[in-house]
Amino acid sequence: MDAYLVAILTTAAIYVILALALNMQFGLTGLMNFGVVGFYGLGAYSSGIMTETLGQPIVMGMLAAMIVGGTAGALVSLLSIRLSGDFLAIVTLGFAETMRLAFNNEDWLTRGPRGFLIMTRPVLEGLGRDATAWFILGVFLLVAAVVFVVFNRLAGSPFGRVLRSIREDDLVPATLGKNVLAYRLKAFVLGSSVMALAGSLYAHYVQTVTPDNFTTQVAVLVWMSLIVGGAGNMKGAVLGALVVTAIYEGTRFLAPLMEFLTPTQVSALRFIIIGTLLIVVVRFRPEGLLPERIVARPAARDPAPG
Amino acid sequence: MSVARIEVDGLSKVLGGVTVVNNVSFQVDPGQIMGLIGPNGAGKTTMFNLISGVLRPDAGKLRVNGRDVTGLPPYRLARHGIVRSFQLSRELDRLSVLDNVLLAAPSHPGETLGGALFRPFAVRRAETELTRTAREMLALVSLTPHESKPAGALSGGQKKLLELARALMAGADTILLDEIAAGVAPHLVEEIIAIVQKLNRDLGKTFLIIEHNVGFIRALTSRVVVMAAGELLAEGSFDHVSRNPAVIESYLGQAA
Repeated sequence: MDAYLVAILTTAAIYVILALALNMQFGLTGLMNFGVVGFYGLGAYSSGIMTETLGQPIVMGMLAAMIVGGTAGALVSLLSIRLSGDFLAIVTLGFAETMRLAFNNEDWLTRGPRGFLIMTRPVLEGLGRDATAWFILGVFLLVAAVVFVVFNRLAGSPFGRVLRSIREDDLVPATLGKNVLAYRLKAFVLGSSVMALAGSLYAHYVQTVTPDNFTTQVAVLVWMSLIVGGAGNMKGAVLGALVVTAIYEGTRFLAPLMEFLTPTQVSALRFIIIGTLLIVVVRFRPEGLLPERIVARPAARDPAPG
Repeated sequence: MSVARIEVDGLSKVLGGVTVVNNVSFQVDPGQIMGLIGPNGAGKTTMFNLISGVLRPDAGKLRVNGRDVTGLPPYRLARHGIVRSFQLSRELDRLSVLDNVLLAAPSHPGETLGGALFRPFAVRRAETELTRTAREMLALVSLTPHESKPAGALSGGQKKLLELARALMAGADTILLDEIAAGVAPHLVEEIIAIVQKLNRDLGKTFLIIEHNVGFIRALTSRVVVMAAGELLAEGSFDHVSRNPAVIESYLGQAA
């Protein structure tokens, strides 16, 4: 039970990072990235190839994931040059599917459907089984905390204000002298590289990645996290990811209580519960559990408080 | 002889196979308040889109302060001191009124990634300074009591004033106003006229104004350009062009 809780929290940390990354793209800037899982998978495989095939330490794997993810993000966003809603949504959706097919078919690089084995773990040598699990959780929470602090600072800065203005109406910042395309590119690349970082953590945690780990289901959970939590608010993204993971993972405990259902039915039930939650939140609290704050920030209101 | 602030030189634009602006030339001198009038569909808003860089002209030249700026994107034109308002005001609903104005500040150190992350003190100092300026701009357009409201909660007329405040904050020396008096309560129209006059007189701002409200045009502008069906029809003082038979015909239709 204890071990299970640690496992759920570890998964939750990964979803928190993904939700924060999507919040940078969609919540702040209004960029519709339906290909979250493509960047996530790209990060997982890049990191795995770096540590296993090339024998580098795990930090290099994480770095490689971020660089590859960010570069892919830049290419994808430049493909749909103006990055306006629908085009970007379609291109990213196609990107994710292309990535999954590449993982499946580029056997020489990814070992295809048999799965890519990853021995490198983000732990110190010689820890026991339990200690290792806790250590990994600690590392993931640390990474999530760093991503939160950085993104939260960006969101609250004048940089974040430009991103939010682009989300509201891109013609306004453009006519006020802001290079909208450059800002969109920055937000998209930041988000994509962090999604790939989450993929790297995931890969070194589960230690075997297969193309089936990177299907639309992941993207759906991340989008639900953000919508439930409150798009535009970094704390909301964190809360949403925790709530959605808690429900998704927690419903496993329902299985013994409902012996009249087959395991397949139980796993379908989990999505029904999350779907219902989404509908309830969107109906009664469309701005999410923790809505974006609109009023002028106190720092701007009261000069030099400290 | 001074250089024209804006020089429109034979601009043309074809949209969907229709020539909506056809070889139009005129100029706006520094410190002038100029009107751009004409019946619906004359091409006035397209002309604004060309001058603000939202559309690229198919032919002709655009010069600002004597510099050729033809085909530059909107954000580059804004840096040449040209800022526009929109016919249907475009406020950033989910940003506060104050943030709407602060957004317009040119070269804010906190708007770069590096600045936002690694120079918190410089950014806070700039933000404090610029907040003071932004408040002055809000005071100029009488929006001070509304600064912490979301911009979406303002009335139609207040949104137009907010656009004006943003243009001032952006450091615009030339402001293009697209039907700023349309759908605005009469007492606010009076206020807008007074504000535009004050900005022109005290701060030397140049204005180019699209407007259907005759009283507004007559009260404000020293010269008007009349467009009809994409062409330049007449140019001169409002009283002069309003006696021009071609202008009357374009507004009222051909005499039977």
